[in-house]
Amino acid sequence: MIRSLPNSKAYTLSFKIYVILYFTFLFAPLLVTCVLAFNDSQFPSLPWKGFSLDWFIADLPHRVGIFHDEINLRSIWVSAQVAFFVTILSTLVGTCGAFLFEQESFRFKQVLYFLMISPLVIPGVILGISLLLFSNTLGTFFELRWNLDVALFRPGFWLVVLGQFSFITTLVTLVVSARLKKFDRTLEEAALNLGASRSEVIWHITLKFLRPAIIGSAAVAFLMSFENFNTTLFLVGSEATLPINLYLQVRDGSTPVINAISFLLIVGTSTAALLNLCFSKKQEQ
Amino acid sequence: MKKHQIRWALICFISPVLLWLFLLIVLPHMDLLRMSFRTENDYGDMVWSLSNYLNFFEEPIYWLTFVRTATYSVLVTFLTFVVALPVAFYITKVVHPRFQGFLSMLLLLPFWVSELVRVYGWMILLRESGVLNHFLVKLGILNQPVEMLYNDTTMIMGLVYTAMLFMAVPLISVLESLDNSLIEAAYDLGANMWTILLRIIIPHAMPGIVSGSIVVFMLTLGNYLTPNLMGGKSSLWFTEQIYNQFIASFNWNQGAAFGFLLLVLSSAIIWAGLKLTRQKLTEVIK
Repeated sequence: MIRSLPNSKAYTLSFKIYVILYFTFLFAPLLVTCVLAFNDSQFPSLPWKGFSLDWFIADLPHRVGIFHDEINLRSIWVSAQVAFFVTILSTLVGTCGAFLFEQESFRFKQVLYFLMISPLVIPGVILGISLLLFSNTLGTFFELRWNLDVALFRPGFWLVVLGQFSFITTLVTLVVSARLKKFDRTLEEAALNLGASRSEVIWHITLKFLRPAIIGSAAVAFLMSFENFNTTLFLVGSEATLPINLYLQVRDGSTPVINAISFLLIVGTSTAALLNLCFSKKQEQ
Repeated sequence: MKKHQIRWALICFISPVLLWLFLLIVLPHMDLLRMSFRTENDYGDMVWSLSNYLNFFEEPIYWLTFVRTATYSVLVTFLTFVVALPVAFYITKVVHPRFQGFLSMLLLLPFWVSELVRVYGWMILLRESGVLNHFLVKLGILNQPVEMLYNDTTMIMGLVYTAMLFMAVPLISVLESLDNSLIEAAYDLGANMWTILLRIIIPHAMPGIVSGSIVVFMLTLGNYLTPNLMGGKSSLWFTEQIYNQFIASFNWNQGAAFGFLLLVLSSAIIWAGLKLTRQKLTEVIK
């Protein structure tokens, strides 16, 4: 059964085979995507026609590598900008939320807490359409009432930022709260006794303690925003983010440029994940 | 003096949170509900009506898609559990402790990558000109390539793959807290594998199973990419119906009604799951 008990050979072997199959299942699509990014062929498929970096660096009429692909490069830039603003906003508000639910007491706290975690159980598509409807309602209202045309209420960059912010903040709040729970509040009391003001205590002591959780959740927020599809789908305007842009290309047939982008994404995110892991391990020690 | 300062801090923390929750969560969803009851009458004016919901029940394509999406999501949740449990058990209880950390990290790695990239990987692996077909024909197993994409089986496999992490992680953390001596004692008393699984492992893992199932179910129900890219023409997902109403037919009120129905369905099933297993959402989320 378990490692401390005698196990039959057949049991151990079949378990090993199962786990190997599972990991093959897990990694096969990613591995194939990466390998085919370097195939010297017009299509992302076998047979293997030799190693080539064309889909990264070529700038030929029939073959444009990712580093010269204007549309894809622009969508990467849009995604990076969206993710930047989402990260800043959700980290700020999420940290406020953590302080609010861990350190303050007020009426209807339970209700507000329930509201705060609700974005986790609302499908992303629903978040997208309800925000689209609401911004449209507001936009119409402003136009009829004051004859104002507010760009924010039309699908586009800032609506995407707000849509992603609306559920990523929940995640930041939960991660920072978990760290804040471990905080020894006598440290705050000591500082207050020694004459520090509440804001000084938060700035010099509590936030210092929270720093690893805040940095970690900011990294996760950036990644989630960068890769978000469901909510963004309904809020996106003329500036497509990378996932939306890739989706349109995959739907209408594919070229190895998508493999090249996927390869860069896989390498980038796994490096970030490993760094994050090492960083959090170090903090624990 | 002190009391005054604490109120100031409260206002400082609560105002961004209130702005966020009311402007981006509460009001939009109330608007969603309101819009779902509005419809255009014969003169082109917007009036209150139930017709968006009546349409849903009168058109079989709508409610059939709804029922199919719900049933398939339950099936996917169950399959994810069946596939992930042995792996979680192996990592926590069977493998040498030295490899534990490495294997759990390996398990997490693919899920850092965007869902779109993972689905794309499956597409180039399984399609008619895909990698798997290439090898099968080369090895002589198949005479000519077959299309493995665009059917329900592949779509379900894709959904299981996409949601796997959210089942495996809670299972691993709950099995880590299971005391090995319980299994050893049962073994010494002559219990076989099935008895141990059903009487010790599953009851202990229940909180992890519930929280994993809730997240997997919710993500599967709300998934758009995987059914859209891997499912066939006949395997429509309910989120695709919503998308069609919003983007293709531009009937936002009908789309709002569909969205609200999906929200009710997901909340109802999550609520039922919590009630059946006597757990609280606030505890499961942690």
